[in-house]
Amino acid sequence: MSRIARRFESLAERGRTALIPFVTAGDPDASTTLTLMHEMVDAGADILELGIPFSDPMADGPVIQRAGERALAAGMHFEGVLDIVRAFRKRDRQTPVVLMGYLNPLEAAGGVESGVRAAAAGADGFIVVDLPPEEAQDFAPAVNEAGIDTIFLLSPTSNDERIARICALARGFVYYVSLRGITGAAGLDAEEVAQRVAHIKAMTDLPVGVGFGIRSPEDAAKVARVADAVVVGSAIVSRIEEAIAGQSDASRGGDRSRAIGDAVVPVVVDFVADLRAAIDKIDGVSADAHASTDESGGGS
Amino acid sequence: MQERLNVNPEDRLAGRYPDERGHFGPYGGTFIAETLARPVAELRAAWERYADDPEFVAEFEDELRHYVGRPSPLYHARRWSKTFGGAEVWFKREDLNHTGAHKINNTVGQALLAKRMGKTRIIAETGAGQHGVATATVAARLGLECVVYMGAEDIERQAPNVFRMKLLGAQVVPVESGSRTLKDALNEAMRDWVSHVDDTYYIIGTVAGPHPYPTMVRDFNAVIGREVRSQMLDQAGRLPDACIACVGGGSNAIGLFHAFLDDEQVRLYGVEAGGSGIDSGRHAAPLTAGRPGVLHGNRTYLMQNDDGQISPAHSVSAGLDYPGVGPEHAWLKDSGRADYVVITDDEALAAFHRCVRTEGIIPALESSHALAFAAQLAPRMQTGDIIVVNLSGRGDKDMKTVAAVEGIGL
Repeated sequence: MSRIARRFESLAERGRTALIPFVTAGDPDASTTLTLMHEMVDAGADILELGIPFSDPMADGPVIQRAGERALAAGMHFEGVLDIVRAFRKRDRQTPVVLMGYLNPLEAAGGVESGVRAAAAGADGFIVVDLPPEEAQDFAPAVNEAGIDTIFLLSPTSNDERIARICALARGFVYYVSLRGITGAAGLDAEEVAQRVAHIKAMTDLPVGVGFGIRSPEDAAKVARVADAVVVGSAIVSRIEEAIAGQSDASRGGDRSRAIGDAVVPVVVDFVADLRAAIDKIDGVSADAHASTDESGGGS
Repeated sequence: MQERLNVNPEDRLAGRYPDERGHFGPYGGTFIAETLARPVAELRAAWERYADDPEFVAEFEDELRHYVGRPSPLYHARRWSKTFGGAEVWFKREDLNHTGAHKINNTVGQALLAKRMGKTRIIAETGAGQHGVATATVAARLGLECVVYMGAEDIERQAPNVFRMKLLGAQVVPVESGSRTLKDALNEAMRDWVSHVDDTYYIIGTVAGPHPYPTMVRDFNAVIGREVRSQMLDQAGRLPDACIACVGGGSNAIGLFHAFLDDEQVRLYGVEAGGSGIDSGRHAAPLTAGRPGVLHGNRTYLMQNDDGQISPAHSVSAGLDYPGVGPEHAWLKDSGRADYVVITDDEALAAFHRCVRTEGIIPALESSHALAFAAQLAPRMQTGDIIVVNLSGRGDKDMKTVAAVEGIGL
């Protein structure tokens, strides 16, 4: 069983909804990303989603676009993302790490070989935004074989035929996009999300995560009522962006990098903790429940 | 009259590609986020239905005749040909179309399709502004709302076209992300589409994007090659020996080539923008100097770095300034049916001036790349051989650029 499947199983046993925060790897630098990963887990994240930056992120809104531009400007690339995962795994062998990005950088990294390398580095899943099931018939099973769960998006406009086809190729969980648009857009319709998630859950045994458009602890709580996982990206990344902007006067060089890291981490941690608390309230879980170790002995 | 636009039953090679999911060999396909799956499927269904519909085809052809001004002439450039000897060069005068380029063939077709689909809002990307103008034009003609995405850098460079689009009632949205040029405008248009799928139709301006765009845009432009074929037979009594067209995304080239794919004696040349030279790295020649990858919904040759990040393109001609190319060109290159060559900024400018002075025709800088290659090829061919160059657009839009190269401010 994959680390992602184990994590969902363990959460289900405790009646808990997964919190999956997203940050772009290397925004603003690799060491800040690594620190954020550990601190977000401590603040209550169950699975981590790391964005692989791409020059042309067609499905992303301005917040994630700018994060990718910052990461690319800082020299981030696929191997650099894997370096971050390897470093993370030295201290945390249990929290699943999902890499989210676009197909071209993965193809440049060898296609299926990129999955082999990611698995070896300790990553657990791929979300390849622009790889729909029709074009993934070879890629998905091959990277599954390497130990990477292939997580696919479902949208409000996916019909039953597509839902079935996607769920057949999906591993780990399926990711329901909770709005008609790009990442970070406004307009979460909690009622529609509830209906669609129930419909998808009737069609698959995989856990269903919900993301795109969850901007606040209140949104997270609404989604936690119906979903197995709550994914929050743009709302976190925009806090990173604000914290970076707030340090524009900091001196250059290593001090500046540290000052930015010091500014970014606490605001993200506070926000993730708020999201966690809001979700726990819905789940009826006490605050210290998530301090307990789960699936001990797990991790490869 | 033609019964079908999308497959000419007489075309053997032409009729075989793409497959039902838009693949030209390993290229093309549908690489899109799930959020775009439904609108793309709806477009595919509409295209499959109307490409076969005699009424739709008749309306399209009527618009081409009376609004665009087709057929465009096939003109024997005798004086220009004499300056270098060898083959005789003929120009397909797409520059004489309404709005001054071949782009209108495609926007007329797609706008008619948008109407059939009940869409009320048209969006488009544009680089130099030619496709944006052609889109704003048909939107005005059909009474549709129109939003054009344009890189902020291109907006500064192409002020007259921005004004034309606004005159025509379009909203021009500056794109500040990425390299602030055409590829980023395309990303932004996709983002708009995914956010407004119910009422919005996205008119892509070239033979790229997810299936069915590369096929559909080709089929709307294939009128160019069909006309050339019959005009050549009428005017010279035989087919040409070579066809030459510039390639940015590649819509004017595929439009010219398509009718000749099965005439193996007709050599096909696509001319990419060499910018400051391939070795300089500042060019827009993915077929010559790129490698296959996935961008904007299709697999094709791309300018990219070792990490798979897309490289910015460079060319004196904004219309060729694109780091990708239509997937059918990728396939024609690999299969050997067409040859792809490179012309630099300087070579294109020299051909531009020679054409202006000997023929009294001011070609677009894009088309000047094709002219420059014709000037290289003709002396290597036999006297009496025939070359057709697609004069894909007129050069009025380029006055400022050409003047600036000469050190003149307009």
